[in-house]
Formats: sequence, structure tokens, C-alpha cells
Amino acid sequence: MSADLQTQFDALIDADERIEPRDWMPDAYRKTLIRQIAQHAHSEIIGMQPEGNWITRAPSLKRKAILMAKVQDEAGHGLYLYGAAETLGVDRAELLDLLHTRKQKYSSIFNYPTISWADVGAIGWLVDGAAITNQVPLCRCSYGPYARAMIRICKEESFHQRQGFEILLTLSNGTPAQRGLAQDAVNRWWWPSLMMFGPPDADSPNSAQSMAWGIKRFSNDELRQKFVDMTVPQAGVLGLTLPDPELRFDEETGHHHFGEIDWTEFYQVVKGNGPCNEQRLRHRVRAHEEGAWVGEAAAAYAAKQASREGVAVA
Amino acid sequence: MTAKISAGNTDPMARPRFIYALRLGDDALILAQRLSEWASRAPEIEEDIALTNIALDLLGQARALLDYAGTLEGAGRDEDDLAYLRTEREFTNVHLVEQENGDFAHTIARQLFFSTYQLALYEELISSTDELLAGVAAKGVKEAAYHNDHATQWTIRLGDGTDESHRRMQAAIERLWPFTPELFESDDVDRALAAEGVGVDPSTLRSRWALSIAEVFSSATLEAPQTTWSSHGGRRGVHTEGFGYLLAEMQYLHRSYPDAKW
Repeated sequence: MSADLQTQFDALIDADERIEPRDWMPDAYRKTLIRQIAQHAHSEIIGMQPEGNWITRAPSLKRKAILMAKVQDEAGHGLYLYGAAETLGVDRAELLDLLHTRKQKYSSIFNYPTISWADVGAIGWLVDGAAITNQVPLCRCSYGPYARAMIRICKEESFHQRQGFEILLTLSNGTPAQRGLAQDAVNRWWWPSLMMFGPPDADSPNSAQSMAWGIKRFSNDELRQKFVDMTVPQAGVLGLTLPDPELRFDEETGHHHFGEIDWTEFYQVVKGNGPCNEQRLRHRVRAHEEGAWVGEAAAAYAAKQASREGVAVA
Repeated sequence: MTAKISAGNTDPMARPRFIYALRLGDDALILAQRLSEWASRAPEIEEDIALTNIALDLLGQARALLDYAGTLEGAGRDEDDLAYLRTEREFTNVHLVEQENGDFAHTIARQLFFSTYQLALYEELISSTDELLAGVAAKGVKEAAYHNDHATQWTIRLGDGTDESHRRMQAAIERLWPFTPELFESDDVDRALAAEGVGVDPSTLRSRWALSIAEVFSSATLEAPQTTWSSHGGRRGVHTEGFGYLLAEMQYLHRSYPDAKW
């Protein structure tokens, strides 16, 4: 029986068709997806903090409105993704609990601080740019609900990336002080953005299985290269430099060659030792704990209403 | 009225309209600023989205009104000049909207009181002879209706939820109640513009507001507060102490780079 189901599943994957919630799937496939989708959802929710940090101080009302809409989109993405994860038999509260107790992770990029307004631009341009590079292939992911959520998310992310680019372009063409803010932000966000694609292929043990399952379509290094190739010309348009002396176009390969990534820093941040790991998690747990009474009240009210209606019907 | 208003526009009726547009715009702007402090801090993800939605609606109203105020003034000030380069004494919002968020119950109480007022105001302002104000009201009335529904539902759930939520909701309405009479104060500007069919005299909205609030309190099992003190002065630019901090945060970046465009 189970062998038949496995054969059916393999056939769907081989035919590049979608696995849907009611289809049989191997436990390991389910677990991998739950972990990945949850981590993605958590990243959206934690990712609201570094940018939300600048909403109240945005330098014009137009920028304030755009940034509010962007942070709101991230909350919305978190919701779709928790919804996609729920189709695999877990619930949001459970997943949030795993985040709060550090048993599940979120993207390490959000463990860096946004210390100037230009960081909002750099996050949009580089971080959302890297996220799109990672996420566009997920629109063809073998798990249907995740693929469909990603289609919607990618549309909004490309708007986010444009707004980040536009913030930096305005700063870069502004006063010398504004230009300085933009360059400083790009200097700080460039390397962490490259780390968003994960460890080099040789050190990424789970990648092969995810590729075989059609969850992952390109390797970490392929995606990283794609991002660098896309971003370097944009830096030229911005008139900003990227902080890598080894960066150059390689005529032979047709790609941009870039310098060695500091993987020690990457693993430190992943392990919880980045500049904002503690702060981000504390902020999230605090919102959750301080708001718990609200959810309890809503549940109590709903129960009272149900019993009142029950009485009325009887 | 306020000393700082320059007389760039020589039309004698432009000045009261400028003051009026500024008042409505300031109310919306400052409440949007307060609500936006919730981003990433709300009790549920859905509420993060809802509170940001409300803040975005109000910010949109503020931008239209401040932009219009700048045009009426005729001194070349745009929405950002008015939002970022005025001092505490030049802001004309009511005290209610500048009050700190407090817990979720306080934010909901503030929103209930304000949206009930704003809904009634925009329902009248739709018929303004001033095209721009009528337009802001036509769009804003739908937004205010949603804000009011959101605040009403939460007031009822919290009031009639658990013992703790009831206690918090009751405390919130008591804390914010003294800031509600100011919503209905009218002066010469309001009365003159109301007589012309341009504006709404806020004192005429009070009974409608009180009726609506009483109904919500009753559904929410809340007791109407019995307070004697009330807070006044916002329309004259005299604010509560917390307001300076709000402006400091909102304005610091814009003011730090005086020649910059963003």
C-alpha cells in the first residue's frame, strides 16, 4: 500500500505536477515543507521590525505611507504562509510557539539593525532583491499551496524592491550627506544579503533532497550568482559602490566574480549571536505575551455568543 | 487665530478655511502617527494589519487636507512643510488623538471615540460647498465607517469578554473620556464656515455621538464614565505634555537635513 502511494507521489514529482494537501506525501517531505514554510512565515513577521523601526520617523508623508503599506504587506505574507503551513497539519499558534522558544528560525538577515533611514532603502533593494531571487523559483515549488502563496508574495516583493531602489536613488542624487547615508547602508547590507542564499553548495547537506522533491529548483550558489549578476549593474545606476574589492565582470564565464563571504559571521548570526537576535525575539515574544489577554477575551466573547444563540434557538 | 499664519492668500475667506482644513488634517495625521507605533507590536497579526490599515486611511486623509491647507494659505507650504516644520504650538489637533497608545483597550477606546465623531463629521461634510472638503469626506466616510465598526466590535468583545478584558476596557474608557468634550467645541471659524455651508459645526454632532457611544457601552456591558475634569486647548495649539515627544520623533529626520528631498 505504502509502496503504491510512494510510487504515485514520485510520479507526480517526476511529471512536475503539484502535490496538494489531501495527497499522500512522505513524512520527510511534509516535515521539510513545514520547516521551510514556517521559517519563511516567521521571517515575514520578524522582518516587520527592522523596517517598522522607521515608520514613525519616515522623512516625508509619502515615504511614511509607502513604508506602512510595505510593513503591512509583510504581515499579510506571514498570514498566507502560516495558512500554507496549516494545510500540512500544523497550526499557527504551534508554529509561533516554536519561533518564540527558538526551535524554529527566521532569516538571519533580520538580525542586523536598521540604524539609518537609508537602511530602509538598502533592505528594499538588496534584501528584497535577494528574497525575490530565492522566491521566484518557489512559485514552481512542488507543493501547491506554497507555490500559490509565493506567486502572490513575489508580485508584492517586486514592488518592495522598486521602492527600496527608489529611496536609494533619491538619496544618492540628493545632498552629500544623503549620499553618504546611502553608501554607508549599502556597505553594511551587501555581504549579509549575499549570505541570505545560505551556505555554499558543498556545505548545504539538505539541498539535494529538496531539489529532488521539486521544492528547490536552483542551488544556493546558483541563486547567489544570479543575484550578484542582477544587482551589480543596478548599483551602477544608483551611482553607489559595492564593498568588495574583488568584484569584477568575468568575460569568460559571463558572470560577476565576487570575493569570499565571511562564513564565520554567517554561522555566528545563525546560531543566535548576531547584533539583533535577542532584541528581535524579545520584541516578538513581548507582543505575543502582552496581547494574550486580547485573544482570550475574543474567545470568551465568542463562547458567550455561541451559548446565547444556543439558548435562543432552544 | 494663531499668530504664525502668514497672509499669503488675500482672499478673506481662505484663512478660516485654511484653519479648518489644518484642524481636520492634524487630527488625522497625529492619530495615524500614534496608530503606526503599533506596527509589529499588535496582539495578533490580523490586528497588526487592521491597525496599519486604519493608520494608512488617516494618513491619506491628512495628506489631502494638509496639501489643501497649504494651497489655501498661499505661502508655498506643502504637506511635508506643514507636518514636519511646525512646532507644538502650531498644531491644532484635539488632545484625544495625541494620547499614548497604552494597551490595546486604550487604543480601541481612543479609536471608538474618534471614529464615531469622524463618521458623523464626514457624513455632514459630504455636502460641503467646498469641493475638496466634500471629496475628502466622501472617501473618508467609508473609511471612518470601517474604523468605527472595527472599534465597536473590539469594544464589545473586550467589554463582554473575560474579567481582565472587561477591567482593561472600562479603565480605558475612563482614562480617555475627559478628552471627548473637546471634539465638540466650536469657535468662530467653525460657526462661520458652517453658516457658509463649507464646514460642520462640531457642537451639532454631539448628541448623535453620545447616542452611538451609549449603545456600544451597553452592548459591551461597560459603565459610562462619570468624570468632571476635561481636557481642552488643542485647537489653540496648547497640547498635552506627551505631544512634544511625538513630534520630536516624527520630525527629527526631516529637520536634520534641511536641504534634503526624500
